[in-house]
Amino acid sequence: MPLSRTEVLQIATLARIALTDDEVELFQEQLSEILDQFEALKDLDTSGVPPTGHAVDLQAVMREDEARDSLDLEDVLSNAPRREREYFRVKAVLEE
Amino acid sequence: MDGDGLFTIRQASESLANGKISSAELTRMYLDRIERLDGRVRSFITVTAELALQQAQAADSRIASGDSGPLTGVPAQIKDVICTKGVPTTCGSRMLENYVPVYDATVAERLFAQGAVLLGKGNTDEFAMGSSCENSAFFSTHNPWDLDRVPGGSSGGGAAAVAAGEAVYALGSDTGGSVRQPASMCGVVGLKPTYGLISRFGLVAYASSFDQIGVIAKNVADTALVLNAIAGQDHRDSTSLTRPESDYASHLMGDLPARPLANAGRDGVVRLGVPEEYFVEGMQDGVREAVQKAIGTLEALGASVQPVSLPSTRHALACYYILAPSECSANLARYDGVKYGYSYQDTNDMWEAMEQTRHQGFGPEVKRRIMLGAYALSAGYYDAYYLKAQQARTLIRRDFDQVFQQVDALVTPTSPVVAFRLGEKIDDPVEMYLIDVCTLPVNIAGLPAISLPCGFSEGLPVGLQLIGPHLSEKRLLGIAHAYEQATEWHRARPGLE
Repeated sequence: MPLSRTEVLQIATLARIALTDDEVELFQEQLSEILDQFEALKDLDTSGVPPTGHAVDLQAVMREDEARDSLDLEDVLSNAPRREREYFRVKAVLEE
Repeated sequence: MDGDGLFTIRQASESLANGKISSAELTRMYLDRIERLDGRVRSFITVTAELALQQAQAADSRIASGDSGPLTGVPAQIKDVICTKGVPTTCGSRMLENYVPVYDATVAERLFAQGAVLLGKGNTDEFAMGSSCENSAFFSTHNPWDLDRVPGGSSGGGAAAVAAGEAVYALGSDTGGSVRQPASMCGVVGLKPTYGLISRFGLVAYASSFDQIGVIAKNVADTALVLNAIAGQDHRDSTSLTRPESDYASHLMGDLPARPLANAGRDGVVRLGVPEEYFVEGMQDGVREAVQKAIGTLEALGASVQPVSLPSTRHALACYYILAPSECSANLARYDGVKYGYSYQDTNDMWEAMEQTRHQGFGPEVKRRIMLGAYALSAGYYDAYYLKAQQARTLIRRDFDQVFQQVDALVTPTSPVVAFRLGEKIDDPVEMYLIDVCTLPVNIAGLPAISLPCGFSEGLPVGLQLIGPHLSEKRLLGIAHAYEQATEWHRARPGLE
């Protein structure tokens, strides 16, 4: 079933991506085509089949809780778009 | 050294050890080649000439003092989704165009500890999402065999660089085929190890339960030497595994018997399975013929070959393109314009800043996958898509488990098609996704697989894929090496000069 324009905009909001009108149209068409490819899964009998999250069986890895060096503060902030003293500077989160 | 003046790792290492060439000379030779050829091939996003020459000098001192290994002083390229301290790591994205990592990925650290020389960073589809390298935000890489064609992807830069002789070997990453498929299209060897055999620390995440770093090289023995240097557990990646083998390469040295596969499997003879599901509709005749011929060669080398079936294969595409984008949508949520990367500043509104940052920072394929994942994970669709795909993943895994009770490895084409023309498929995402149909199941099940050159179709390289059970790299490399030694395909070079 093709996605509606509203659905594409809802998904874009979930994904926090602004879209131009052209992009909305393009993704509406392309995402619908991709979702069509997934229809085949509906015929697959998965009753009683457990889901797989990881392909290799992993055990929880334990190690001694030892202090180790962490990254240098200046290094960590070196890629920050905006900083103030030793902080990342962000836009106001709380509305006035 | 080969006739064309280029080196394999072993040849380079021998020439360095016996003083025929210094690492500084070798490195300059490769930098010259990059200078001369990469304007046409475009496999490098960043060339690190200065760093390379420094590392080469250090390597020469190590070699002089007898403190060297097989990779010491040998020049390589690393895919630009793998962090290198002080060297820009862009992921082929505007989002990270100016990002300079403050630490090395574990694989880079391990290569540098061996004295490797970094020539630069390899082009990639943006965040490793793509099958042609055309999704790079900067430029497309061209296939050295035909510059009007794609090198495959996403590790297209690495495969093209090795094929063009612009690097002795390269590191790539493989989430759905991104090492094997470009290796196949460029006529070189590509290994995707078992999930967890190589630490992912410092590999920029795309789909974490599928992502695995892999090796691109000219031949199987070289691939094994690089694997030796980088495999094994790492305390910074909790999914990394203890390596079961201390050495993946030494069994590949020396002369082989006439029928090496007659006595190298679990029960003596190597048993190979040919899954019918991998010979898909739409597969090119030339690819089918080359792969059939390769299967004949493997039989002549002593392997027993039988048809096998992996019936859930037909669900692999849907399974992968639901789960990988779901993981991608979570992983790429980190690009919010706050900690690093591109940041839209022309507003005081937090949400608008974030949405514009992602609008301008990401290209179309990354947006498609993030949105697809966000949709598959959203309320009301989770069971129909995400959960269902995870169940399909179980069935695909079980198929492999069953078939590996009967055979030691599977033989398939790596890609159903040879390298296609630049621009030919870029506007049709579904058609592009279908190219990965033979490689995706391997990542879904976390298995090791290797692609090696097995012939040509219309003058373009065809790749043979060998798939093995978890942690069977050593045997897989042995089978691949036996095939390679019986054929000449890996010696073919594109005529770029």
